[in-house]
Amino acid sequence: MRITQGAPGARVLAFGHYQPANVVTNDELAKTIDTSDEWIRSRVGIVERRLASAGETEIDLAVQAGGKAMATSGLSADDFDLVIVATCTMETQIPNAAAQVADRLGIQAPGAFDVNAACAGFCYALAAANDAVRAGSATNVLVVGTEKFSNWLDWTDRSTAVIFADGAGAAVVGASDTPGIGPVAWGSAGDKSDAIIIRGRDSFLQQEGQTVFRWATTALYPAALAACERAGVDPSELSAFVPHQANLRIIEAIARKLGAEKAVVARDIVHAGNTSAASIPLALSRMIERGEVESGGLALLFGFGAGLTYAGQVIEIP
Amino acid sequence: MAKSEQEILESLGKIINEITGIPAADVTPEKNFVDELDIDSLSMVEIAVAAQDEFDVEIPDDQLKNLKTVKDVINFIQA
Ligand SMILES: CC(C)(COP(=O)(O)OP(=O)(O)OC[C@H]1O[C@@H](n2cnc3c(N)ncnc32)[C@H](O)[C@@H]1OP(=O)(O)O)[C@@H](O)C(=O)NCCC(=O)NCCS
Repeated sequence: MRITQGAPGARVLAFGHYQPANVVTNDELAKTIDTSDEWIRSRVGIVERRLASAGETEIDLAVQAGGKAMATSGLSADDFDLVIVATCTMETQIPNAAAQVADRLGIQAPGAFDVNAACAGFCYALAAANDAVRAGSATNVLVVGTEKFSNWLDWTDRSTAVIFADGAGAAVVGASDTPGIGPVAWGSAGDKSDAIIIRGRDSFLQQEGQTVFRWATTALYPAALAACERAGVDPSELSAFVPHQANLRIIEAIARKLGAEKAVVARDIVHAGNTSAASIPLALSRMIERGEVESGGLALLFGFGAGLTYAGQVIEIP
Repeated sequence: MAKSEQEILESLGKIINEITGIPAADVTPEKNFVDELDIDSLSMVEIAVAAQDEFDVEIPDDQLKNLKTVKDVINFIQA
């Protein structure tokens, strides 16, 4: 048997994102749900979120974000041989999202699979893309995080309806002589599988908010630090920290412990809500677009969520 | 040796100050967290976690709900 020779390294060549047009403020939600702008801002940090229209699917969002990342990378559809989509809100069990996204973007017959690690999904998918390029299983990979969470919410349940939202973010990963994606630090806590759950076909997302909050503010910091250590990067060297945008209070608590003084901390949740697997590439892509982070700087990406699962890695910002 | 009420109060004051910015001197036994100190349930979780490390006790979420005043926490730690 022969084995393939991979690339010496892989890096993110470009990011892209897409948000649905419909902006929904806290005040608008408060018209139909017993909540308030003040409560949502102080407990979760969200001011407004975007929700997809009835006809707009998670595939549509992914195609928009993926197309932008491809255009920015300068590669053409023919250059891609693998598409990975991280999502947990697909309307269909089969077919998966990745093959459809690839087809709509004109990528011919790539390897195509979905990753479900909920809000940690993008970092899992990015790790898989990195490993595929380095092992020689793929040359250029399109990695997309996409969610239409609005379809999986009970709009009368104020403990979840005010938090989750819709959106997509994407990254192009390609081979390079020097590594631009660090080793992943990942893990899970299946004993807490009930803490965030969609029980079945006709149910909606339910969560034990305080259990998740306690876990997120205590158990995750060591894993975030491990992702830095595995890459040989001290938190003080980071120019950006992009955690999953679950709750501003969780983001601040992990950032405080990490003590990355120089790093711009992503606070995209304020205007995007919690978009699960999409939140990290969406946040970073928007930070790049606004010129808040510089190309070549180091960013720690760190996802966490249902499972419970978590994963993070240091990357060089394209 | 078990810590005295005064020692626990001082450490709690420090923890609460670090997490919420409330002056440690305002943290007195009779104070109610939510109504008087204006501390919400999420800050309570952070305080409980910090107190667990400091005092080597378990404060699970279902017990935390019953701890309404500073004195309740002190009693819980001493029990
Ligand atoms: C969901 C979360 C914001 C709830 O905050 P909390 O402080 O735990 O809220 P509780 O359920 O204890 O409720 C506190 C009070 O606010 C009320 N409340 C809950 N949701 C509300 C809302 N949307 N608007 C107004 N009031 C609300 C509750 O009824 C309760 O009132 P009471 O004290 O009078 O009984 C918080 O637990 C959280 O963010 N956890 C992490 C979840 C997460 O990040 N999940 C995604 C991971 S990927």
